Amino acid sequence: MLSRLFRDFQGDVIAIPGRLIAVVFFALLFLIPLFVQQPYVLRTLIFANMFVIFAVSWDFISGYTGQMNFGHALFFGVAAYTSAMLNRGAPLGPDWPIWASIPVGALAGTAAGVIMCLPALRLRGPYLALVTLAFPLILTGIIFANTQFTGGELGISGLDRISESRTVDYYVSLLVMLVSVFIMWKLTDARSGLVRTGIILHAIREDEIAARASGINTIRYKLFAFIVGGFFAGIAGGLYAHFMRIAGPSTLELTLSFQAIIWTVFGGIVSIYGPVVGVYILYPMMEFLRVVPEFRMLFFAGIVVVILLFMPEGIAVWIRDKLERECPRCKLTNVWWRRTCRACSTSLY
Amino acid sequence: MIEGIVVNTLVRGGVYALLALGFSLIFGVARVLQLSHTAFYMLAAYGIFTFADLLGWDPIWSILASIIITTGLGLLTYKLFIDRVREHHVTVMLITLALAIVFQEIMLIFFTGQYRSAPAFVTGYWEIIGVKVAYQHLLIFAGALVVLVAVWMLLSKTKLGIAIRATAQDTEIANLMGINVSTILLVVMGIATGLAAVAGVLVAPTLVLEPHMLWPPFVMVMAIITLGGLGSVKGSIVGAFILALVEVLVVYLLPTGAFLKGAAALLVMVIVLTVRPEGLFGVVFEEERL
Repeated sequence: MLSRLFRDFQGDVIAIPGRLIAVVFFALLFLIPLFVQQPYVLRTLIFANMFVIFAVSWDFISGYTGQMNFGHALFFGVAAYTSAMLNRGAPLGPDWPIWASIPVGALAGTAAGVIMCLPALRLRGPYLALVTLAFPLILTGIIFANTQFTGGELGISGLDRISESRTVDYYVSLLVMLVSVFIMWKLTDARSGLVRTGIILHAIREDEIAARASGINTIRYKLFAFIVGGFFAGIAGGLYAHFMRIAGPSTLELTLSFQAIIWTVFGGIVSIYGPVVGVYILYPMMEFLRVVPEFRMLFFAGIVVVILLFMPEGIAVWIRDKLERECPRCKLTNVWWRRTCRACSTSLY
Repeated sequence: MIEGIVVNTLVRGGVYALLALGFSLIFGVARVLQLSHTAFYMLAAYGIFTFADLLGWDPIWSILASIIITTGLGLLTYKLFIDRVREHHVTVMLITLALAIVFQEIMLIFFTGQYRSAPAFVTGYWEIIGVKVAYQHLLIFAGALVVLVAVWMLLSKTKLGIAIRATAQDTEIANLMGINVSTILLVVMGIATGLAAVAGVLVAPTLVLEPHMLWPPFVMVMAIITLGGLGSVKGSIVGAFILALVEVLVVYLLPTGAFLKGAAALLVMVIVLTVRPEGLFGVVFEEERL
């Protein structure tokens, strides 16, 4: 049993550089608080963890079904506001504890996903992008107009902390991030034997008409993508609200929706690991650029432009293509330095 | 009040129509969502501020200078950035979005975030049936009207216009018919940026100038062209006036209208698209149909 597990590990993880890097990286993330205790570093990483969930859920909706969602902040903001309202308990009876308010907030994100779906399912391409763009902006208008429930520009503040110590906060965000990303990765894994959603989502992206002709109810799967994406974006939103201890209109901003897209496309769209790489590179970089506050956004935008001009597929995909080579015969992934396939010894050139 | 609504709708609608028309042209011809479009509007407005206020030039010269410089900048942007990744749709959106941020940040560095205002080209007002209309507003509407008619004539009457419309209909066939597609794309980018620059120049004296001013019209332009049907010239003009009317009505009639004006306009767009997914004047291409 153990030896089989080890053999699988050897064949499926160690032999594939991309996965090996991922495992080492996540192991390092677990060890970081042992070496680094500065609250500022941990804070940056906690935000990075939350935004990873957020960006990956964007990739899940938009990358995998090709539904360009420009208003992803809607799910984030709805969940943040719902968690905040439940936790503060103002119009809804008693204060809800944090372990209840975040999941219920995420469910509110799911509901937002379903509502956004109603017009979205009929639209395609740019039309869809622009309609989804409208939703968070409409909600922002409503929030500003009803200040007695939402606090208007100031938002709802004074929420419970996730925990008393920053290190615990860090581990909570890390674990939630790992579980969420793992679930979404599995749901989109086209080679999985357990769930069929991966291959179906890939089919819808490649050719929606062909997928329909093969008897796939594409509407149902698009709805499914919005529900799952909305839920996980909602979890990120709830965590964010409780960590910041405030839910304000900034959680619905256009910038946040675009951030998700920038992180994902920068890392590599339709790949799940792309947005992970994108966030862990770009978010800490943005924090680092605070040393030159006036030039911060300029450098950020400049780097995005340059990277996309030379690697239109995204940086993670570009690196992976350099590190890995697929065997033309058995489709097994090999390290770049091998001249023959590790399983069937076909020449890789 | 009704007169106020009419005047404001016409002025606002004119500006929106200028912006949306350019955006719509680029999308129709190059099939590219050029998200830095309203950045050029902001740049042109700052151009007016620089030439007319800081350097004290004559209004005519400062208008011409800022339109020409902005258009040149647009062409440069197209050549350097957009043209190279035109095939990757998401990448184009992101690069142009990042460029909009770059322009905004450069302006922040040069002019700081301080609120600026440009001098009015003309002062005074004109009384029509008891309503005072500032000459500046009249100028905005008249300017927008002239430019819109000119572009309409260009598109429908001249050889260049026919070439542009042919490219929009089918790039490959247009290419086979001997139309130089890359030149046409460049020309369209020039016209579109020019339209944005004209809009920026016209409204500059009536607005508070700051580098973030590109975002409110950005959202409205998106809403307008979606409402009118992407790539449709008629649609973007009609859509501009419809959404301008909605905005103005909400501001005049609701107590918290100023917060809700954007939301109401966007809500109208969502409702129209739910009923008519291709927009008011949009065309559904057979191969793009679901």
